[in-house]
Amino acid sequence: MKKKKETQKIVFKTEKDFPLMPMSVGSMLYNKTGAWRNIRPVIDLEKCIQCGICWKFCPDVSIYIENEWPVVDYEYCKGCGICAEECPAKCITMVEEEK
Amino acid sequence: MSKEKTMKLSLPEEELMNSGHLACQGCGATLAMRYVLKALGQRTALCIPACCWSVIDGPFPYSSLDVPIYHCAFETAAVSASGVKAGLEMVGDSETTVVAWAGDGGTFDIGIQALSGVAERNDDILYVCYDNEAYMNTGTQRSSATPYGAWTTTTPVKHFKNRPKKDMVAIMAAHRIPYIATASIGYPEDLVKKIKKAKEIKGTKFIHIYAPCPSGWKCRPEDTVKLSRMVVQNAIFPLYEIEWGDKYILNIKLKDKKPINDYLRLQGRFHHLSEKDIAFMQEEVDKKWERLLGFVNKCQ
Amino acid sequence: MGNHALSFGAMLCRVQVISAYPITPQTQVVELLSEMCADKTLDAKFIKVESEHSAMAACLGASLAGARTFTATSSQGLTLMHELLHWASGGRLPVVMGNINRSMAPGWSIWSDQNDSLSQRDTGWIQFYCANNQEVLDTVIQAFKVSEKLLIPSMAVLDAFTLSHTYEVVDIPEQEKVDEYLPPFKPPIRLTPDEPHAFGGLTSPDHYFELRYKLQKDMEKAPALIEETGKEFKQKFGRFLGLVDDYCCEDADLILITSGTMGSTARVAVDELRKEGIKVGNLRIRAFRPFPFEKVREIVKNAKKIAVVDRNISYGHHGVFYQEVKSSLYGHDGCPPTFGFIAGLGGRDITPSTFREIVQYALEKKRPEEEIVWIGVKR
Repeated sequence: MKKKKETQKIVFKTEKDFPLMPMSVGSMLYNKTGAWRNIRPVIDLEKCIQCGICWKFCPDVSIYIENEWPVVDYEYCKGCGICAEECPAKCITMVEEEK
Repeated sequence: MSKEKTMKLSLPEEELMNSGHLACQGCGATLAMRYVLKALGQRTALCIPACCWSVIDGPFPYSSLDVPIYHCAFETAAVSASGVKAGLEMVGDSETTVVAWAGDGGTFDIGIQALSGVAERNDDILYVCYDNEAYMNTGTQRSSATPYGAWTTTTPVKHFKNRPKKDMVAIMAAHRIPYIATASIGYPEDLVKKIKKAKEIKGTKFIHIYAPCPSGWKCRPEDTVKLSRMVVQNAIFPLYEIEWGDKYILNIKLKDKKPINDYLRLQGRFHHLSEKDIAFMQEEVDKKWERLLGFVNKCQ
Repeated sequence: MGNHALSFGAMLCRVQVISAYPITPQTQVVELLSEMCADKTLDAKFIKVESEHSAMAACLGASLAGARTFTATSSQGLTLMHELLHWASGGRLPVVMGNINRSMAPGWSIWSDQNDSLSQRDTGWIQFYCANNQEVLDTVIQAFKVSEKLLIPSMAVLDAFTLSHTYEVVDIPEQEKVDEYLPPFKPPIRLTPDEPHAFGGLTSPDHYFELRYKLQKDMEKAPALIEETGKEFKQKFGRFLGLVDDYCCEDADLILITSGTMGSTARVAVDELRKEGIKVGNLRIRAFRPFPFEKVREIVKNAKKIAVVDRNISYGHHGVFYQEVKSSLYGHDGCPPTFGFIAGLGGRDITPSTFREIVQYALEKKRPEEEIVWIGVKR
């Protein structure tokens, strides 16, 4: 599964750069929501049973599958803890972010 | 990493929702959108009235979805979708699924007139209501979808909401539309199946999705999915379908219906309730469940 | 009847989506369009909504999807749509609407005055005030051309009963010629999964200002475009549709400024008074938004007095056309004494003798003694 590429913040210099009506011309991928979190999920791949549940229940699409294993995208993960709570193998731990 | 196996994902792999959106941690509404878009695919157009999702998607000039969105006026989700569908068909596109994507406020309250009109005409749109049981976007004021007993900023603890949750599914059934279904983000495969089924039907389809809000319900963000399972297991939000307003199909039979206590305890918005209140609420849930079973059994 | 002229105009423009709710005195517009859709004279989808608010909402959705859309309403219905009128202009959606000027309740009145449409003057819609059935039909065609070029919605306004229900002989243009004048609607951007955008999302103070600046700038192109498309219309169909309709103003001492059907009645009065030697002229304002500043200044500059007749009132201020005419003349040379008259509210009849009374008053007084002169009120 390919990870979506991040995009740039958009800056309009003059009114001529604006679209005619209020419409999106860029992606929210520029917004690194990883900065929101206080705790981060850490997956212990030794215990992981590759069930895909953490990928399934992430509201921020911040767990992607690479080479059949789940990987946390820390640029966007908000630290909600759903993955840790739902993991049937209990292999995800929520760890405090260092200051 | 000794074992190597191919992961079998129970949902379509393609993501049409991107990271970077503005939802709170643990937002149920976001999971609802993620699953519905997986079920529908890219040839989808959304009409989103004022609700959490008008903000979650991101401000101008950005969007976090890979499908087009018409941010429409609050009361108009259903009929804006009708208009978009009519317009698309007239310009030669009858393939795109047009979805009205509204919260409980824009469905049960201010948007109910337009929705009723659309349903009565059986316009060909998919109406999805993601229900977080209050006007969450404006800071948790009560809606007619707020359950009995809940705290909100306009039903403070001393005057908690003392009217039952409006039975929107029954109202929609009275319109005799081809397909109605309830769904919960705790059962994503069931949700995806129902959306795919609705997509193939012509006419008005109404899907009511249960979507917890940790911010407004005062519950832990990590409990979102757990609550979405409990609410089905204790029959507060049973999963069922209704075809043409009178054929009821129960999707999850409850051999061993759980009491509502544990569910209520996980949410701060219910912490003020007395034993008497909870007993009353349990009675109401039981009555409603029996009534639903009655409808289901009549259709066997 | 006038209402049917709207329907024929919409049909000739090959509108694709219609969404409307009945209200007296607009019902015939939608009834005829409904028949045309049913017998396939018009290939369009007609969404029979449950309120005017929903009617406009459906039109906006269809327009965003790239279809040519039309609706019609009146007074209570128009004001119910108010929120969405802002949506249409801010969203740059070129919907065309017929509005039958009908008095606002309470008490219930089905007769003509202009408060309903003038209450919408700030919503960013182009407004054409029509005076006869031919003009109604022609205006719908011109309105689509102007709206689709600028991506600004427009409305054709008719007086209740005096225009909406009066029968006149109308020349119906040939479909081929209309097709040449008005090609199919091809917006630069539309809602489609082929090129996904989110339309109308949260817009911060950093961005909102420029978007609205652009709307005003495009609205400022409208006067010239209306005159240009009006001239093209004359070449194709033999009738000119300009910003104003002036009559006998070149050498007039006193110019009446009117709008709608009373503008035609004023002509009759002008003819009568001219026979009696009174040099009076009539300037009927056809395009109220965008306001035709240049045209008004040019036409009234040599007059000694102006008498603006309003079939409306902005409570706490004066008649709306009076305010707008005065403000267009302020600070410019050729700003003669301007009298403001209010007549015909609630559909009270405006006749040639109404104008006679107005002209007499204006000729007697050197300067206006009050900002509102009420004509015909029982006092």
